[in-house]
Amino acid sequence: MTSCRVPNRGRVDRSKSVRFTYDGKTYHGLAGDTLASALLANGVHLMGRSFKYHRPRGVVSAGSDEPNALMGTSRGPGRFEPNTRATIQELRGGLEATSQNRWPSLAFDLGSVNDRLGSLFSAGFYYKTFMWPRAFWDRVYEPIIRNAAGLGVSPTEPDADRYASRFAHTDVLVIGAGPAGLAAALAAGRSGASVMIVDETTECGGSLLSEPSITIDGKPAWDWLAAATAELASLPNVTVKPRTTAIGYYHQNLVGLAQRLTDHLAAPPEGAPRERLWRVRAREVVLAQGALETPLVFDGNDRPGVMLAGAAQTYLHRYGVKVGDRPAIVTVHDSAWFAALDLAASGAKVAAIVDVRPTVDQALTNRARALGIETLLGHTVTGSSGRLRVKSLRVNRLENGRVGASRNLSCDAVLMCGGWTPSLHLFSHTKGSLCWDDKLQAFLPGKKTEAVHIAGAGRGLWGTAAALNDGATVGAQAARATGRQASAQTYTVSGDRIGSGVTVKELSTDRKPARAKAFIDFQNDVTAKDIRLAVREGMRSIEHVKRYTTNGMATDQGKMSNINGLMIASDALGKEPPQVGLTTFRPPYTPTTFGTFAGYHQGSTFELTRKTPIDPWAEAHGAAFEPVALWRRAWYFPKSGEDIHAAVGRECRATRASVGIFDASTLGKIEVVGPDAVTFMERMYINAWAKLGVGRCRYGLLLGEDGFIREDGVIGRLANDRFHVTTTTGGAALVLNVMEDYLQTEWPDLKVWLTSTTEQWAVIALQGPNARKLLEPFVEGLDISEAAFPHMSVATCKVAGFPARLFRVSFTGELGFEVNVAARRGRALWEKLWQAGQQYDICPYGTETMHVLRAEKGYIIVGQDTDGTLTPDDAGLSWAIGKAKPDFVGKRSLSRPDMVAKGRKQLVGLLTDDPKLVLQEGAQIVADPNVPKPMPMLGHVTSAYWSDAVGRSIALAVIADGRVRDGETLYIPMPDRTITARVVKNTVFYDPDGKRLSA
Amino acid sequence: MLLIRCPYCEQDLPELEFAYAGEAHIARPQDPSKLTDEEWRDYLFIRSNPRGHHFERWRHINGCARFFNAVRETVSDRFLLTYRAGEPRPDISGLTGGSE
Repeated sequence: MTSCRVPNRGRVDRSKSVRFTYDGKTYHGLAGDTLASALLANGVHLMGRSFKYHRPRGVVSAGSDEPNALMGTSRGPGRFEPNTRATIQELRGGLEATSQNRWPSLAFDLGSVNDRLGSLFSAGFYYKTFMWPRAFWDRVYEPIIRNAAGLGVSPTEPDADRYASRFAHTDVLVIGAGPAGLAAALAAGRSGASVMIVDETTECGGSLLSEPSITIDGKPAWDWLAAATAELASLPNVTVKPRTTAIGYYHQNLVGLAQRLTDHLAAPPEGAPRERLWRVRAREVVLAQGALETPLVFDGNDRPGVMLAGAAQTYLHRYGVKVGDRPAIVTVHDSAWFAALDLAASGAKVAAIVDVRPTVDQALTNRARALGIETLLGHTVTGSSGRLRVKSLRVNRLENGRVGASRNLSCDAVLMCGGWTPSLHLFSHTKGSLCWDDKLQAFLPGKKTEAVHIAGAGRGLWGTAAALNDGATVGAQAARATGRQASAQTYTVSGDRIGSGVTVKELSTDRKPARAKAFIDFQNDVTAKDIRLAVREGMRSIEHVKRYTTNGMATDQGKMSNINGLMIASDALGKEPPQVGLTTFRPPYTPTTFGTFAGYHQGSTFELTRKTPIDPWAEAHGAAFEPVALWRRAWYFPKSGEDIHAAVGRECRATRASVGIFDASTLGKIEVVGPDAVTFMERMYINAWAKLGVGRCRYGLLLGEDGFIREDGVIGRLANDRFHVTTTTGGAALVLNVMEDYLQTEWPDLKVWLTSTTEQWAVIALQGPNARKLLEPFVEGLDISEAAFPHMSVATCKVAGFPARLFRVSFTGELGFEVNVAARRGRALWEKLWQAGQQYDICPYGTETMHVLRAEKGYIIVGQDTDGTLTPDDAGLSWAIGKAKPDFVGKRSLSRPDMVAKGRKQLVGLLTDDPKLVLQEGAQIVADPNVPKPMPMLGHVTSAYWSDAVGRSIALAVIADGRVRDGETLYIPMPDRTITARVVKNTVFYDPDGKRLSA
Repeated sequence: MLLIRCPYCEQDLPELEFAYAGEAHIARPQDPSKLTDEEWRDYLFIRSNPRGHHFERWRHINGCARFFNAVRETVSDRFLLTYRAGEPRPDISGLTGGSE
């Protein structure tokens, strides 16, 4: 492979060779190269296959707008990334890159048959082709589409990298470190304002890096650049962030930045984050993002070797790479002429400069002709040849709008320029309006919605002098807006090359336009004729044209295709471009890794895990855990060889036979205190509280104003003005929020204070006939005999020497206590009870056994047996309503017509005819399994378990008119069979008289 | 991410600290039992959902935990004003900021 490196050009380090592989083959580039420039230096133009037609493609750009040179890059297991833009990826030692969208190889790809079948794959192909037969969708179409869809290959392993995240505040944020951005940062930085300047590439300079021949204030461009960056570095109030892309511009000047930290390093420091997401709140934002070059649309404009003229300039001056020995130039703008002149000066034999415009600045034509370059003004391009690299260009003279005779130009690269478009994506994120400028034939920023300033080419000011002076003015403005004294310096530039040009639709041709492969969106393979077809088929809005053709919908978000799509659509619609308008730009500006967005929220830090004080004991004793809300709860305690069923069966039996111990610390707890506490409780909960004596507990039910059950829990009255409220594990925050809402906004006159005490108390439940015997010796200052401390009592006392709140409550149907002690005492108390419990064969049990034991007693779990559509009556809990109360939250809704109508789903028991069969929770219930589908469904199973105590399976279900169906047989259709079961209106399966509660 | 001014903390703070809490100035009726089914339905479910200035409730949940009221322009998603719970519905005819 010949080297295409040009001596004495570029900012690459010729003393540092960097080895890398591409499709398994080893190459060498230089430090400072991008992957794309290193491949071009090795004469490699073929860098990918297109998405739909699998056409061979080369690099088109030298920046983040690249649609073609997307590659898989890897640095080992868990570190593969698809769709890396070769134009952005810096070369690093050992980089492994692979081409995409090809099989078996990039040069010979079977998928390219799509290209010959191109006429079948027109705009709207999917909408038109896969309409029928309906049954083909699941089995035929979708698998084929899924197989063919997607750019690149998804990684198969978890991401091994770390990602970081930071917030920052700054007076002025400058986005883009080209001449405009640098001048803005200098002006603002010198005023003392805090300034952050970011650029998505490796170093500051922007277009200056591709324009070394100009001088600024008497200094060569790169010397001025070095001085400017040195000054910025010396200012303590200025932060410069290269390799940092502003991906989104949000409300009130919050800008998201994606900073690449290690992808350019051959050996990143161990544990260093790969990328960092910044959320920067700036008082003033300066957008200095420059302009993007537009391709030209002609048949074969996508062959490898066809690229933007500005990209060729960048490869030459920044990387010292000549993209071709015999380049042809096709343009409607002066800027491509400068590329031709520079390449000629570097030894390339320019094939010709083809300019669609009939006249061009004579100074340019003179200079080109002096270098022996043929200039073809008023010409069009009608085709190209060359399979894996462009070989020739077909060129025709334009005469009075007619396309004349053709001739072929032999070439090895084609440099095109369709004009320049201000880069206003971020400005559009803020809903800033865009205004069409007739003279520039471009959209410029219009009305602003944020404290934002646009500088330089971003607002249509071409040339380095204009960019520098505008940047300085805007930077000083921004600094003054933050209250600083700032003035704008004036820059003197010589050798500035300011061009002008026009904007065109697809180039005229003498061939059938329908046969032309004239691409607009390279990444999505959208051609000019697709846009015209979409308009013919009735698309009028540019948003519809976009979705029908997929133009601009690829990962480059239309950076190259938007303007050409607009020009062609407006021509087809017979409207002016501003009447057609642009599609909406949305964040992110460039493709951003999931890791950057996830930041620290991955693996064990994905979300926090709440653990009780007793959790370490459970872990040491082999508990299996389950997540409940954010808590990690002991699920069951398997002994060796036991599965969940065996363990739960044993735990249930042991608890009912003697005593079980359960960590209930996760219960939500709210302390309701104050002179008006009882009034507040009366209004919040459905129950009557006024007559509840001190030292007594009651099961409380909380509704929404809509009358549906939201929460439940046992509530103890500790004093006239003090309630200890418990909630479900997952519902604590909700209950506190609802209570605070009413207290703060509806009843601010009530003297009540609410405090979350969930984490202050460790709660240990002792349940079973021997619970009192075990507990009694530990209790000081309280008689816990049946007579003195009956079911639903609460008292303060000491347990094992620790101050405690002791509840006589049961969620199992057995004699039970719940001991609340300070969280820090929880583990010690648990150990003491565990030791003393050995004489009673004490058994620790987890949440699964808790679920079974409560279901045997018909105790509901809110959120499992209720789903937000059950009233107290639906759940069989109307006994809990304080009948004499004039009002409580949700009361009025309980008398709405629909709430008292027949046919409501009611909670009932369900016993399968086969007692060994355990129903599936969530299974649907029908009255007749033989009616055609869809069958009318009566309800569903909410809880289902094997019950050792009952000696059969049990289930709870919500069923329409469930209670009047007592004894009725219903059906539960499952994939493999239909199960029959009998409705029982009494949901208490075990100890229906409740004798065991007072054992 | 919006900056929201908490009228109790008297600071502009990031949206992350706040929770939305529905339309403002819908007081719970003093005696719901006196309401017709239609009136109670309107209280429960019917909301103004305007294009423009919306009076709404927020809670500084990850801060002082107080509920307060705000006027937000629903087209531009900008806050015009925040004020304490219990204060009367403000006259916003003089406010122009935030509307597009």
